Amino acid sequence: MRKSNEKLRILLKRSLLLFSANILLFFILIGRLYYLQIYQGEKYALLADSNRLSTRLLVPPRGSINDRNGVELATNIQNFQALLIAEQTRGNTDSILKEITPILALSDKDIARIKKDISRHRRFVPVKVKDNLSWEEVATLMINNYRWPGLVIDQGLIRYYPFGKYTAHPLGYVGSVSEKDLQNSDAPLLQVPGFKIGKSGFEKTYDESLRGTEGILKYEVNAYGRIMREIEKIDGLKGTDLDLTIDIRLQQAAYDAFGDESGAAVVLDVHTGEILAFVSAPAFDANLFVDGISVKNWNNLLYNEKTPLTDKAVSGQYSPGSTFKIAVALAALEAGIIDEKTTYNCTGRMKLGNHLFHCWRHYGHGKQDLIEAIKNSCDIYFYEVALELGIEKIAAMSRRLGLGQTYDLGLENQKAGVIPDRQWKQEKFKAPWQQGETVIAGIGQGYVLVTPVQLATMLARVVNGGYAVTPTFIKNNNAAPPSLNLKPEHIELVKKGMFEVVNGTGGTATRAKLNNPNVKIGGKTGTTQVRRISLKERAEGIKKDEDLPWKYRNHAWFMAYAPHDKPRYAVAVIVEHGRSGAGVAAPIASKILEEAIKLDIR
Amino acid sequence: MAIAYNQNQELSLKERFFNLNFVFIFILILLAAIGCLTLYSAAGGKLTPWALNQGIRFGLGIGVMLVAAMIRPEFYYKIAPLFYFFTLFLLLVVDIAGHTGMGAQRWINLGFFKLQPSELMKLAIVLQLARYFSNTSYEEIRTIRGIIIPLIIVAVPVAFIMIQPDLGTSLMVLFCATALFYLAGVQWWKFAAALGAVAAAAPVLWHFLHDYQKNRILTFLDPERDPQGAGYHIIQAKIALGSGGAWGKGFLSGTQSHLNFLPEKHTDFIFTMFSEEFGMAGGVVILLLNLILISYGYWFAFRIHNANYFGKMVILGLNTNYFLYVFINVAMVIGLLPVVGIPLPLISYGGTVIISVMASFGIMQSFYVNRDRELKK
Repeated sequence: MRKSNEKLRILLKRSLLLFSANILLFFILIGRLYYLQIYQGEKYALLADSNRLSTRLLVPPRGSINDRNGVELATNIQNFQALLIAEQTRGNTDSILKEITPILALSDKDIARIKKDISRHRRFVPVKVKDNLSWEEVATLMINNYRWPGLVIDQGLIRYYPFGKYTAHPLGYVGSVSEKDLQNSDAPLLQVPGFKIGKSGFEKTYDESLRGTEGILKYEVNAYGRIMREIEKIDGLKGTDLDLTIDIRLQQAAYDAFGDESGAAVVLDVHTGEILAFVSAPAFDANLFVDGISVKNWNNLLYNEKTPLTDKAVSGQYSPGSTFKIAVALAALEAGIIDEKTTYNCTGRMKLGNHLFHCWRHYGHGKQDLIEAIKNSCDIYFYEVALELGIEKIAAMSRRLGLGQTYDLGLENQKAGVIPDRQWKQEKFKAPWQQGETVIAGIGQGYVLVTPVQLATMLARVVNGGYAVTPTFIKNNNAAPPSLNLKPEHIELVKKGMFEVVNGTGGTATRAKLNNPNVKIGGKTGTTQVRRISLKERAEGIKKDEDLPWKYRNHAWFMAYAPHDKPRYAVAVIVEHGRSGAGVAAPIASKILEEAIKLDIR
Repeated sequence: MAIAYNQNQELSLKERFFNLNFVFIFILILLAAIGCLTLYSAAGGKLTPWALNQGIRFGLGIGVMLVAAMIRPEFYYKIAPLFYFFTLFLLLVVDIAGHTGMGAQRWINLGFFKLQPSELMKLAIVLQLARYFSNTSYEEIRTIRGIIIPLIIVAVPVAFIMIQPDLGTSLMVLFCATALFYLAGVQWWKFAAALGAVAAAAPVLWHFLHDYQKNRILTFLDPERDPQGAGYHIIQAKIALGSGGAWGKGFLSGTQSHLNFLPEKHTDFIFTMFSEEFGMAGGVVILLLNLILISYGYWFAFRIHNANYFGKMVILGLNTNYFLYVFINVAMVIGLLPVVGIPLPLISYGGTVIISVMASFGIMQSFYVNRDRELKK
């Protein structure tokens, strides 16, 4: 009995101990609850919120780009997408796809892609069936919508360039955000899938102001990422519109004037420097780039010998040829080397040391004064003038007239061209300047390089009475441009010369006359050699430029202004490998000025 | 008026019924009600698919408990060996050709009911050990020879459960049995020696664990090790619980639960869901109710006739079993123990556990209603 009592005693004793242990363990649990829920409660409350709350950036509409009359050159259009939500098709995904295939013209490849997308995403995630639906497609899908549960039509905005190739230069285009873009900017919008940013031209330069401010959508998601409800929505702000000085009507006329030729044209308002038309031909349809250009289209553009991707108006550098004679004439007049009566006798050649320089006209022009020399584009006259003037004065006048520099146009790849002088040659070639180089510089050959926009600026500065206007795409109501202090009678002389080029009997560009008999224009041709015809080719019978392959032919310049008596517009036209300024470039410039006069651009 | 019981006098069914502890039963109903409420919320404010089912099962459980409580204690003493061997046989069946679920073989499909022999074994081991210790003298229990048989009684089924594999249940059975050895008077140093042996063998045992079991332990030790995989449950459970704060987010408003961040919210992790919606206050209520229930268990063991050693052992064993359920479940969902798949009885959704726990409460009550008489062996 004692033994049995001992057994019972130890049972009771130990059960009390066990009970105490149980109570203790329960209070450990309660202590843990206190620790997690009270002590660390706030931390976990935040974690719970970050679990369930998600935000999405709302892409604001991109600012539009307008011409001077408010016509939209770059805008946003509705883009309709057909989406399929697998979860809502009640298992009929396959038959729905089959039914809509003829409506949307889906290929087998599309179907395979859609099915793959469906299998890869959660069933409530909308999968893209087709992008950029036409109105007919949208209408057909909408009418029959009840038959296809789970098929939804979503609309977004997509960048659109209504004038396509006409505005590809200088507008540029938008495209998808690249890795490099992400490295350069931490703007949150760039992270949004499908977001587009400016890739070239004004779309790139003014990207940040065009982009706008993002909106925010705050919503609740469950553990699988499904959106349960919308909590807060803050709308974004549309980007700032960009108003350009371009007149799209003139722009189109100028582009079309090139036909199949490759080249560039810049039209300026001579008093303000506003760029009214800015053409680099051929161009490309910027809309091709918005959704990602196909490899085939890209290669067509990239390997085209007419370089549609290059903006020749600012990055094409060409010898100015005879158009440069205007700058040389003004420099010489200012220096007092010549006046209107000064004459030189053109025999077709000029000897300097033991080198012979030729006039373009083999048999020479005879006795020439300044106006005749410009009208006939006599080379000998300007050889002589240049030789007396020296390169430094030519260079100084060229720079005053706007050559040899870039402008704040908001365009990349702008080239400064070359206005050579002694210092330039010393730095570049470590060699002293040669007199012969001054001679050929006098007719705009040799080292001299200009871009079309520079040449248009030069002409504008001359014909506006000698005011240093600056080319610009943005309307500026700035104070009047500074005077270049050119003597009005000097300007009148070169203008007279340019008038004679077009209107004088036997002028070099009489074909440039406008059809409108009430408006007279003035201008100057230029032809620049791309490659000398070699002795071997001469031996093979190739004597004239047009016998050469296209890419070796001469470039053709024509710069012109109108109206002659009260100039408003200045245009510089280059036609690559156009052979002759008078024959190819002059008619284009003439068409452009004719249109400008007709439009009476304000 | 005090009813004078003649010692050892058999009680009528009516007397036995009124001898039931109704406060105990009331607390059971309270806990089950909390369970149904939470399951209603877990289903997003719907009775289906869980709350109603659970209610029906609990009703069934009450019936099972009443029947078990009305059965005379002698019956349990008598069938203990038979029940033990029968359950062992069932375990063998499951091991050999059991139904496959969650990668482990644990059930016998009876068509209307999935029988989990390991649940039965918890009862069977308690009964069989209690029977053994009640028939063994204190001196013998204190010898090595005296604990060889009970060790075998425990070791064989634990091994069977282990290879299912069901680490949680086998550990629970082991702990429960340890408690009984302890209560029977086995010396401290023997436990220390056993613990030392296990510690020494741990590297070998580790080798025998399944990968998913190793993962669970490693993940428990460092949830960040695998935040998207196994650690996800622990991290999300902690967030759910912690974000509940003092008073909770409100009924039907637990974001972690309703947005499905919380895994297994209607089964193993139901305590977390309740604590997210009712805060620390709610969690403490559940724990205290369970503590009261367990205290009643100790009270029953203390209260019944001192000559009924078998009854005391059974009550303490089953009570400890229930304690282990609650403690392990809560400790694992609040990150104090590895996630081993032990439900919270009466609250977690699941039929087997409710029935087996209610049956064990019934057996405890059976001893309690016959508290004033000896056990007739």
